[in-house]
Amino acid sequence: MSEARWIGKSVKRVEDARLLTGRGTYIDDHPPVANVCHAAIVRSPLPHAAIRGYDLSAALALEGVVGAITGADVARHTKPFSVGVTAPIHYYCAATDRVRFVGEPVAVVVAKNRYVAEDAADLVRVDYGPLPVVVDPERALDTTAPVLHEAVGSNLAGNRRLVYGEPDRAFREADVVLTERFSFPKYGSTPIETYGVIARWDPIDGVCTVWSNFMGPFIMHPLTARVLGLAENKLRFIVPTDIGGSFGIKSSIYPYIALIALAAMRLSVPVKWIEDRREHLLASSSGTDRVAYRELAARKDGTILGMRFKWLDNVGGYIRSPEPGCSFRPTGNFVGPYRFQHLEVDASVVMTNKSLTGPNRGYACGHLYFETEGMMDRLADRLGLDPAEVRRKNLVQPDQFPYRTPSGGLYDSGDYPAVLERALQLARYDELRREQAKARATGRYVGIGLALAVDPSVSNMGYVATALDPQFRAKPEYLPKSGAVDAATIKIDPLGRVIAILGTTPQGQGHQTVVSQIVADELGLAPQDVTVVDEMDTFTRVWSISSGTYSSRFGSVGTSAVALAARKLKAKLVEYGAHLMELPVASLEFRDGAVRPRSGKGPSYSIKDLAGRAHWNTESLPEGMEPALQATAVFGFTVAKAVDAQDRVNSSNTYGFIAEVMAVEVDPETAAIQILRYVTVHDAGTIINPMIAEGQIYGGALHGLGGALYEELAYDEHGQFLTGTFMDYLVPTASEAPQIDIAHIVSPSPLTPLGSKGLGESSSMTVPAVIANAVSDALAPLGIWINELPMTPSKLWTAMARACRSHAKSEGQR
Amino acid sequence: MVTVRLKVNGVAHEGRCEPRKLLVDFIREDLGLTGTHVGCEHGICGACTIMFNGEAARSCIMLAVQADGAELGTVEGLMRDGKLHPLQEAFREHHGLQCGFCTPGMLITALDLLRTNPSPSDREIREGISAVLCRCTGYQGIVNAVRAAAPILASGR
Ligand code: FES
Ligand code: FES
Repeated sequence: MSEARWIGKSVKRVEDARLLTGRGTYIDDHPPVANVCHAAIVRSPLPHAAIRGYDLSAALALEGVVGAITGADVARHTKPFSVGVTAPIHYYCAATDRVRFVGEPVAVVVAKNRYVAEDAADLVRVDYGPLPVVVDPERALDTTAPVLHEAVGSNLAGNRRLVYGEPDRAFREADVVLTERFSFPKYGSTPIETYGVIARWDPIDGVCTVWSNFMGPFIMHPLTARVLGLAENKLRFIVPTDIGGSFGIKSSIYPYIALIALAAMRLSVPVKWIEDRREHLLASSSGTDRVAYRELAARKDGTILGMRFKWLDNVGGYIRSPEPGCSFRPTGNFVGPYRFQHLEVDASVVMTNKSLTGPNRGYACGHLYFETEGMMDRLADRLGLDPAEVRRKNLVQPDQFPYRTPSGGLYDSGDYPAVLERALQLARYDELRREQAKARATGRYVGIGLALAVDPSVSNMGYVATALDPQFRAKPEYLPKSGAVDAATIKIDPLGRVIAILGTTPQGQGHQTVVSQIVADELGLAPQDVTVVDEMDTFTRVWSISSGTYSSRFGSVGTSAVALAARKLKAKLVEYGAHLMELPVASLEFRDGAVRPRSGKGPSYSIKDLAGRAHWNTESLPEGMEPALQATAVFGFTVAKAVDAQDRVNSSNTYGFIAEVMAVEVDPETAAIQILRYVTVHDAGTIINPMIAEGQIYGGALHGLGGALYEELAYDEHGQFLTGTFMDYLVPTASEAPQIDIAHIVSPSPLTPLGSKGLGESSSMTVPAVIANAVSDALAPLGIWINELPMTPSKLWTAMARACRSHAKSEGQR
Repeated sequence: MVTVRLKVNGVAHEGRCEPRKLLVDFIREDLGLTGTHVGCEHGICGACTIMFNGEAARSCIMLAVQADGAELGTVEGLMRDGKLHPLQEAFREHHGLQCGFCTPGMLITALDLLRTNPSPSDREIREGISAVLCRCTGYQGIVNAVRAAAPILASGR
């Protein structure tokens, strides 16, 4: 790199001007084809039922209706999606013979406009034979529970028992053993822009083109091609430049891509479908609800010896890829930032009559740290230690990096104690404790919570295979999986201006801005000299199955591809300059936008000068040099390896760290929680644009807060869905959003050219833990430990009232 | 089909639509002004907020026919002489947007707040913009932007 003029600066975003003036190009603004027709999806009103038949006559008779497809067409003309487990689960893009959750698609009606399509959808008659229902994951494993998939024989989609080290010995040798049951709610980040798909079938070329706000991973592209019976080079995915938020949720749009593509293929018209909010809440995607049983073994001094996790993750009516990532995405960081070596994980993936799940910001890590950090506070309480002390004692130390975790993670860099101390200092922790003691003395419920998290970025595709049995993976026909790559192309035009082309799918993360900063630094330009194109198109972009903008990828792998492409180009410019100057390459360097002698003396050639010559006069190129000034780089992590026979896998590639402190007060009358102070300190390696990084932290924190306090995709025991509007599904507004004190510590990653790591999921994975711990601490006088989210006022109030009553009773007995 | 005549951002328009057509669909589809977004279609998220005869209103829970004869303002009308409006400028400066999907509704709502309360406190800003849901920003950048724009707008009045 020449010098960092732009990296590290809060450069204002190039995306903003168009988005602020209503000139964004989101999927619903997109008129890519003429004569597009509009789809409405008919959905099951029942949570579990056999489909006995369809009657489309009234719908098809309506004026303006073009046609319809049903589950029968889906069964006849598509294949089921492959799933991440070996159990025989047939997941099609719409129900074929049985519905398994409220909102499951059963038919699609296509009409000249959406109004008519919805009228017609109301006229579709489906004959259902209701079946018994189960929504609770523990109940679902009862032998008497109704079974959703008869071929599977039970509701267990998969189970793995992973053993690292000698957990049984750790528990035998422990001074203290703690156990707790936790439950985590089903919630989704509900981007304000819903799903959208536009599909066009060209029967002459045999190409199906699909525009959608899909965010990747692009492994779903070959899976969808297989479902539709198309060769992969006959299915074209295009993603418009602007996506209205996603947070993992839009990775699960691909079944709708298949469904709308099928409608376009069967009806021979281009079809557009924009999901409405009710559909989104009913049947897009969410994280799993989980029941967890935790055990912790420790010595008297607070040293953790081992842990046991037993999880039941509820994936809903079917298991949709990339599930069961809900259990295995954090495999490498199961132990979080702690040094203990002995761990047992018993992960069950359970199917019930709820909607389907998938990645949601913090994918599985919000669950993980809610439990682990809850256990850390229980340990501190049991031993009479300060919660900060018990954590300090167990942290991975700075001299241990790169640190290999017992489950195979390779933590690339960090200084966990420094980040923790910075958070405590920023929060004025000791002072907070003194204030808390005073408040408690006057009967107020003030509490302080801590939470630490290793923040994994850039998933290694290989982790998904942890779900499979090692014997299965050992079969010769089994193909191991690994990898995390991204690509970028940079071109210099004859006047020396630059275009960078990405295959990413940003949803608000500002890739255009960040890339312009990196390229400007590398090539000695200003960011405004760099135009960044980031419209994904599987026909024209360089991509691979792990491509996409998910798992906090871009800050780590995408930026690396950009830097490498720029460096390739720079090397070419130096070689060309050396040829023109008749000097040895080694005597020259690229500095401040020009090829110059390292000595500082003699002539130099600017980018503009070199670009003009190279484009206009190829004769001037040295022998063997490829004409034109462009370079493509594909960056891949070599630490992304397949899962080994002992179930160890480096499930991500770069690992940041988060330490948080939160102080809260709980109102004794209303059980309302007020956040008094909230501090978060992050180490995500080199920060390219601090403004954007902080924006991600604010946004991530509010997602965590939503899940901890307000949001739940709720069902009654009959499987009916209760939260189908934003009046019932409570998204935090500005009035609920906390102020946050943010600080950074920088431990550059040795694995990326810029030293950067990902940060996009950030505090979404720590806030459920930190606020639960703070509230538990506040309510310690009542003996209440939070082990269930969301902490709605009614739940909390009931727990407080019960505790007060039993308190009063025991006082009375004394 | 009914005829709807209205003014949007100072420009007169006339269109024909079904009586049941939502105002937001009319604005987006018939007038081609796709800056106004749809996030919920049930009046909660605020993405579809526009100025309706000088006051903020949700165009997803109104019919186009109700706007016959009305004067509307949308995000496309905020720029002046090719320059960003001071509030737009403040959103850019303070990172008040990420994906930008809530942004048009957020800008209109914030303008309406500043019209009725030219120097709001932070709490009033938060209350004022709580009519619009944003999933990206955690709202802090938006609050900072509105606070910064308030005196500029007040002095320009
Ligand atoms: S789209 Fe109108 S309030 Fe949500
Ligand atoms: S900026 Fe994305 S919803 Fe507000």
